[in-house]
Formats: sequence, structure tokens, C-alpha cells
Amino acid sequence: MVVSQVFVNGLGAVSPAGWGVTALREGLEKCEPIAARDLPRPGWEKPLRFRPVPPLSGRPAFLAHARLRRSSAMAQHTVAAALEALGERTPARVGIIVAMLAGIVTYTRRFYEEVLRDPATASPLIFPETVFNAPASHLAAYLGSTAPSYTLVGDDGMFLQGLGLAAQWLAEGEVESCLVIGGEELDWLVPDALRLFSREAVYGSGAGALYLTRNSEGALAELAAVTDSFSITRARNRLEAALKARSQLPPQSPDELLCDSARNVTRRNAAENAAWQDWTGARLSPKVVLGEAFAASAAWQCIAACDAVARDAFEAANVSVVGASQQAIAARFRKLT
Amino acid sequence: MVVTGAGIITALGCGWKSNAEGFRAGRVAFRSVTLFDVSRQRAKSAAEIDLPGDLPPTLLTAHMARRLDRAGRLLVTAAHECWNQAGWQPDDQLPIVLGTTSGAMSCGENYLLHALSIPKSQKQQPTRVVQYQLHRQGLDLCNAFGFAGPVTVISNACASGGNALGHAFQMIRRGASTKVFAGGYDALCQLTFAGFDSLQALSPTTCRPFDAGRDGLLLGEGAAMLALESLEAAKKRGAEILGEIIGYGAATDIHHLTQPHPNGDAALAAMSAACANAGVTPEQVDYVNAHGTATPQNDATEAAAINRWAGPRAATLPVSSTKASIGHLLGGAGAVEAVVCLMALRGQWLPPEINLERPDPACQFKIVRKPVDVKINIALSNSFGFGGANASLAFRRWS
Repeated sequence: MVVSQVFVNGLGAVSPAGWGVTALREGLEKCEPIAARDLPRPGWEKPLRFRPVPPLSGRPAFLAHARLRRSSAMAQHTVAAALEALGERTPARVGIIVAMLAGIVTYTRRFYEEVLRDPATASPLIFPETVFNAPASHLAAYLGSTAPSYTLVGDDGMFLQGLGLAAQWLAEGEVESCLVIGGEELDWLVPDALRLFSREAVYGSGAGALYLTRNSEGALAELAAVTDSFSITRARNRLEAALKARSQLPPQSPDELLCDSARNVTRRNAAENAAWQDWTGARLSPKVVLGEAFAASAAWQCIAACDAVARDAFEAANVSVVGASQQAIAARFRKLT
Repeated sequence: MVVTGAGIITALGCGWKSNAEGFRAGRVAFRSVTLFDVSRQRAKSAAEIDLPGDLPPTLLTAHMARRLDRAGRLLVTAAHECWNQAGWQPDDQLPIVLGTTSGAMSCGENYLLHALSIPKSQKQQPTRVVQYQLHRQGLDLCNAFGFAGPVTVISNACASGGNALGHAFQMIRRGASTKVFAGGYDALCQLTFAGFDSLQALSPTTCRPFDAGRDGLLLGEGAAMLALESLEAAKKRGAEILGEIIGYGAATDIHHLTQPHPNGDAALAAMSAACANAGVTPEQVDYVNAHGTATPQNDATEAAAINRWAGPRAATLPVSSTKASIGHLLGGAGAVEAVVCLMALRGQWLPPEINLERPDPACQFKIVRKPVDVKINIALSNSFGFGGANASLAFRRWS
């Protein structure tokens, strides 16, 4: 869909490159994969490989909030990214859309391990944090916003579906502004699962946030389009889905940027490469640098696109997402006119 | 925006007819849990479904059908009834919007169990990873009925089903699509059961929403799918119309992750927004299908919200919670209860709470306690969840 009068007023990121959009930008500018680390896999000698979010030197002030003290890493990264995107603003009626695939894995594993040991003693403190919408709920509580809040669960492309939904909420006056966040957290279970499909894939974790409003003043970029989501099914393969997503974008020119979802797993990139084979412009592949982090990865792609436009490096930036297992979808950001 | 198809499966039965009979009579479908061991839990009962042995005929291959877990089978079963009733043809861009809290969690449990057991063999693990992903069930529906629309999964805890229908309603109302296949589902699984039991939210006796002596909820399982389309599109193809969705409201309660604010502000906001959206006042609403989980806190909060929302109308307003019959279906609750509202509007009856003994004096409204035939034109359905997710939907009888 062509989006009208929706502006990106803030960006926030927590990634293997560090905390903040500046760290993300600097990490991506190096164009080299961040060093992967070993993650012990219980019961196995051979470790898993992952790219963690580096630890902060001090405890962030927001963690003093009662709702966040024992929250998951996913919730904490979500809040950190959202607060960076908001900056000094304190909007009253801000919609919240959080996209994720794997969810609150660490607490889910811990709770299930307790259930397996003895369900009668499983912790009532952990279970509520396993619910998919816990991070969105904590963020709403932190911000004091009672506006609608959705948690969307799906592959990488769900973050872009979230951008489309936010644009609709804004157009209809459902919310005054909207935070769209994509996040994934680290637990050995996720890279363990990823490894079943590719030995080369390296898992990364973190979150990324875009703050959208209808106000162009001080905005970083305009959200010009979000395509439909094209599901990958028996009736439509990955290439067809990727081609359809690209075809719905407004015409692109070579002096624009393409932020794609290419990974360091060659066969997974085939459909997207084919859909964009005639692309001669600049290309950025955040996943190659940061690792596979599903919804967070899609958020980082969008942040990189907006950041490039905001810094006058490009007139417009296109984001292509050919997701892990569900859909192809694309978006376009452009400079303010 | 009209409903031209509805499919439902709950512990009361498979399909519209058996469920309508069960809800109309206020039948209660709880029994001892057999799906997993509950010997160490406080609560021992739930509304389990006797799944039909065979899936209904779809385009799924035998291999695909075998891979479906319990939740997936529930969803395909409900979707099949809905699809046939709607008489839809495969459509390249038919959107699917689903609400669920945990999707194929029983498959996820198997994955976890295997991974935690330090396996030497990874046999079946890739399949479990694929099937466990929440969007997988949406893609299964695409494959089952031969279409390839966008799949959106909303996981807003126990409001998921209500949010999914509300989102679908808004898509049609804003003209983003002329039809949407939408619903909600969840199956019983050990992790969720143990979770609610750990919170002491499950009843060791039985589920009695709005009873002064209520002591918790009981879980259930099920699925409901609705074929939603614009009135124009439905009329154009001469489709039978089951009812209308006329309003939707959503709000977030920021009081606590698992406890609603006692004043019920967010519930009130959701109900008020749904009615404003529908252009109706509480005086015009003939029945409220309450969220009514039967936990002390939820029902007290919802009662406060309904009292405030209804005002003087509360004294004569019929309210009931069908969780008294089929338990709490979590992500499936909002969608199943939407179908119950459509059944009641179509059949002109109200679903009773047969087990209610002593209504909570906090309820200023009339709780439906016996099967009753009435004239109803507009119904409201509430769905509230962990994380403060609140959703209300308004329905109108089609005449």
C-alpha cells in the first residue's frame, strides 16, 4: 500500500553491534560480520555460534521500573529500543506494535524445565513473562499508554506488517503516534533450532524500533510504502513471493539504497537475489553483519534505510524482506520533501 | 461488514449445530484431564475435546495432515466448516487473521522435551521447529483451501481472538480487503495448564463466572473461524448472511502484567469504543457475552466495568459467560464467543450459566441462569487478557 503522510520521527536499536543506532550504523559501515562467539549447548561438547548484544557498562535507569525488574531480555531490549526512538518525547496516546518470531524463549524454557521437574513447584513469577505480549505490556506500562497494543508473531516480515498496521492506525486516528518494534532474544534453544536448517547461520539477538507519527517536523524520513505480505505457500514459492513484493514497490532508481534480508546462507538468498537481480544501486545486508535475528533483523534493515535517508546519503531506501518461513514483503522510505 | 460463514469446535462438539444446542442448554463440558499428567496440580479438570479421528477433506496432503498438531487440527476442522458455509473460492490475496496465545505449543513441548533430553538424533526436530511457529497454522489453512493470502497472527494473550476479529473487521471497513478469513484457536497443553495452576488461577472445583463463591477458571480448548466480508460483496454473490459485526474497541490496561485494574478502566474503554464504533448505546445492547473467567479479580473488574458502562441499563441487561460451559479457550476465546453471539442472535436465545449458585452482589446486571428464548438484536462480546489486552466486539442480528 502507498502510505500517505506517515513520518519516521525516531529510531532505536539494540544489536550485536551495541546499544543505540550509532553503534548499529558504525557496525554496518564496517561491512564485516561481527565476530561470533561460542554458546555452550547443554549436553554437547560442540558449542553453538551466536552474536550477543554486548553488555552495558552500567544498569540502564529504566530497569528500575517495577514492571521491568525481572522481565525478559526481550522485554528489556524492546523498551531500550523504544525509549531511544522516542528520545525526549513523552507521547500520551502512543500505539505499540511488537513483532517477533521466537518470543520469550529463555523464560519459556526455564518454566517448562520447572514443569518437567515438578509442576507443583513451577514458578508463578516466570510464567506470566513467557506470554508473547509481555514485552508490549511492559512498554505500555512504562510509557503510561492505554492506547491499543498488538503483538504480532511471525517471521521477519511481520515487522513490516507492523509498519503497515501502524500507518493505518495513524491514518484513522486510532493513535496519535506509534512505536513499531521488532525483537528477538537469545537462548541456546534458538541457535540450536536454527542449526537444524543451516550450519552456517549465526544467530543474533536484540531489538529495533521506529517511532511513527503524522508530523513531518523534525522527522528523519517518510514511510512512503509498505507492500502487501505475500505468503510462501504450496501455491506460491519464495521467488514468486519476492517478485510480487518488489513489484508492488513504487519504481526504484539506481541512486537509491536497497536494504535486503540476505544472510550468510547462500541458498536462502536465492529468491531475493533473483527478484532483485537487475538492481545496480547500493546494497546493504544487515543480517550478514549482525546475524539472523528474524523480526529484529527486519527492524535493523528499516533503521539502516531510514538512517541513510536521514543522513542525506540517499533520496530513498527500499527494504526487501524475504522471511525465514512465512512471507515476502517490502517497504520504502524517502527523504522529506 | 457481515459474517457469511462460521466454523466452531469446542468441548461441546464439532460444528455449529452441536455447539448451538449445547450453549443454548447451558451444557457443561468439563472432565478430568487426560492429555497430560495433572496429578501434581491443584486443578484436575478442563474442557477437553474428543477430536474427530479424521480431518475433514481439504487440499492438505496426507503428509501435511499428519504433521498437524492438536491445535492445527482444531483450526483446520473449524476452518473447513466455515469455508464450506461461506462458499468461498480460493483467492490469491484472501487475508487470514488469527488470534492465538501459544499456537502449536504441544508441538513446541515435544521440541523442548527432545532438545532438553540431550539427544543424539535430531529426527523430527526440524519438523517440530517448523510446526511450532505460530504463523505455520495460518499457512496450513492457505494450503488446506488452496489460497495464498497474507497471514497475520495476533498474540495478545486471552484477547487474541477478539483482536483478530477486530483487526479483520477494520480491514474490511477501511476497504483494505472485501473479505477476510479470521478466527482464533488454542489447544490444551501442559505448559499453559501448569502456568495457570502456578498462579493459582485454576479452580479446584468448577468454573462459576460471577458467582460469589467462584474460585478460579478452568481451561478449555477449541477454535472458531469466521468468513467476514463486506455487505456489498456478500450480496453480490447471494451469500447467506449469519450476522453483522458492527463495532470493535481495544484498550490497554497498564496496571499489572496479570491483574486488571480493579476499576476496570481499560475494559470500560474497550466496551465504550466498540459501541461508539457501532453507533449504539448501552440501552440498545440486548446481551453481553462477558469475558467472565471466574477468577475473583477478573470478574470483579469486569462487573465494575459493565456496571459503569451500562449505567441504568445494567439492572435489566442480560449477561453471561460461556466459559461456564467450555472453559477458557485463551487465544480461541474471543473467536468462539463471537460465534456464540452469532448463534444467539440468529436463534433468539441466550446462553445460560447453569452452575451459578449465588451471583456476586457486585454484579448490578442480570446473569442469565436458565435457558431462555428472547428477542435480541445487538450483542457485545468481551475478551480481556494478560498484559492488559482488552477487546470488545459488537454484533447485530441480520434481518
